[in-house]
Amino acid sequence: MFEIIDMDLKGIISIPYLKIEANKLTVILGPSGCGKTSLLKLLNKLISPDSGDIYYCGKNLKDINSLELRKEVVMLSQNSPLFPESIKDNLKAALNYHMLPIPENFELREILKQVGINKDLDDKVLFLSGGEKSRVALARVLVLDPQVYLLDEPGASLDEKTEIFITEMLKDICQKKGKTMVMVTHSKEIARKYGDVIIDLKEYSRG
Amino acid sequence: MQELIKLNIIQLSLAYLFPLLLFVILKKRGLKREWELLLATFRMTVQLVLAGYILVYIFAKATLGLTLLSFFIMEIFAVLTVIRKFQKDQMPKGMKRTVAFAIFTGTFLSLIYFVFVVIGVQPWYEPRYLIPLAGMIVGNSMTGVALALRLLLDGMKKNRVVVEEILILGGSPKEAAKEVVNSAFEAAIMPTITSMMSAGIVILPGMMTGQILAGASPLVAISYQLAIMLAILGSVALSVIIMLSLGYRLYFNSEVQLKK
Repeated sequence: MFEIIDMDLKGIISIPYLKIEANKLTVILGPSGCGKTSLLKLLNKLISPDSGDIYYCGKNLKDINSLELRKEVVMLSQNSPLFPESIKDNLKAALNYHMLPIPENFELREILKQVGINKDLDDKVLFLSGGEKSRVALARVLVLDPQVYLLDEPGASLDEKTEIFITEMLKDICQKKGKTMVMVTHSKEIARKYGDVIIDLKEYSRG
Repeated sequence: MQELIKLNIIQLSLAYLFPLLLFVILKKRGLKREWELLLATFRMTVQLVLAGYILVYIFAKATLGLTLLSFFIMEIFAVLTVIRKFQKDQMPKGMKRTVAFAIFTGTFLSLIYFVFVVIGVQPWYEPRYLIPLAGMIVGNSMTGVALALRLLLDGMKKNRVVVEEILILGGSPKEAAKEVVNSAFEAAIMPTITSMMSAGIVILPGMMTGQILAGASPLVAISYQLAIMLAILGSVALSVIIMLSLGYRLYFNSEVQLKK
């Protein structure tokens, strides 16, 4: 799905060669500041490497329109900020950016259930707990149903039980729907248990 | 109607009691603004006296070249005044040009419309009309653009995470900067709208006051004041929206990424 060749991001990471396979859950491990988030941003074309190439489905990212790429490759950033409106408004905003039709309420509720949120769609996100907010942010990515998920520590602000529940749900989507997922985590246990491929970014880090 | 009372030098000097009063207050309160006040009073005096003599000359000559030159000098000063309020590293590359283009285009189009269509003065460059009108239009647009620029710079800095999040979610730069641009636009046109709300009740606007003092009928003064306030509204709105519409783009590169 992704191929990284002789890529260098000054002072952060330098990758001679790395392949991220399609339809698999690839887990990125590594200490803080080793460039995990930067790698996801590079794959999402939010930043560009100083040198080298990244290929997506055989095509150089340089030749792919960023907005088109982000319709297929969707990133969940760490501490993803929500818009200070309702849960539904947040889901609708993401769908609008992707120019996708707004599903029926029961479908949206189904997605909330998937991330373990039992709230009304019209509830304001300001009143949600930190863990609930991070799951609404995840629901905002799930509702887009992209081909590739770039997930920056989706379980960071969750308790262990909820983190496992969320990771199992993601793994399930990956397997059943044939999606590609690249997930950053600090937990070696989660990586071992759910990752199809584990990449330790420490060896590429220049930080 | 009574002739306009001409102020002699003693009468005018008595008006300087007001800055003197403020000087004493600042001194007593230990606010270190005394020199700023003195400089402002001095600059205002020199600038207005010079402007008076220059205007006498320009009105007497009434040539196209001199009128246009005055207009361009006003524009240059307005642009420099806005730009000088900000440090170089606060602004993205290209912002100075954007501010200049926005102020020039917004004020020029409004002034041309006002002079040719609304008043229809002959010749169109008659300095007695064009220069004071340009002064009001350029001055107000300058204030509006400065305020909008401050809010754009602050908004893009404070909301960087949210702006980037919208890009992450697949939004375009226009969508990502929409909130910042809208609130900057709203705040920049509010002073003009507020002054329209209070015109004639709380304050008699400057141009109208001047005309009434000069002996014009309040009804004539009002018709001019109405027209100029609408022109100011148009010019401020146009200059601000041009600056914001071009300005937010400077934060993004061609790869739809936020610049560092």
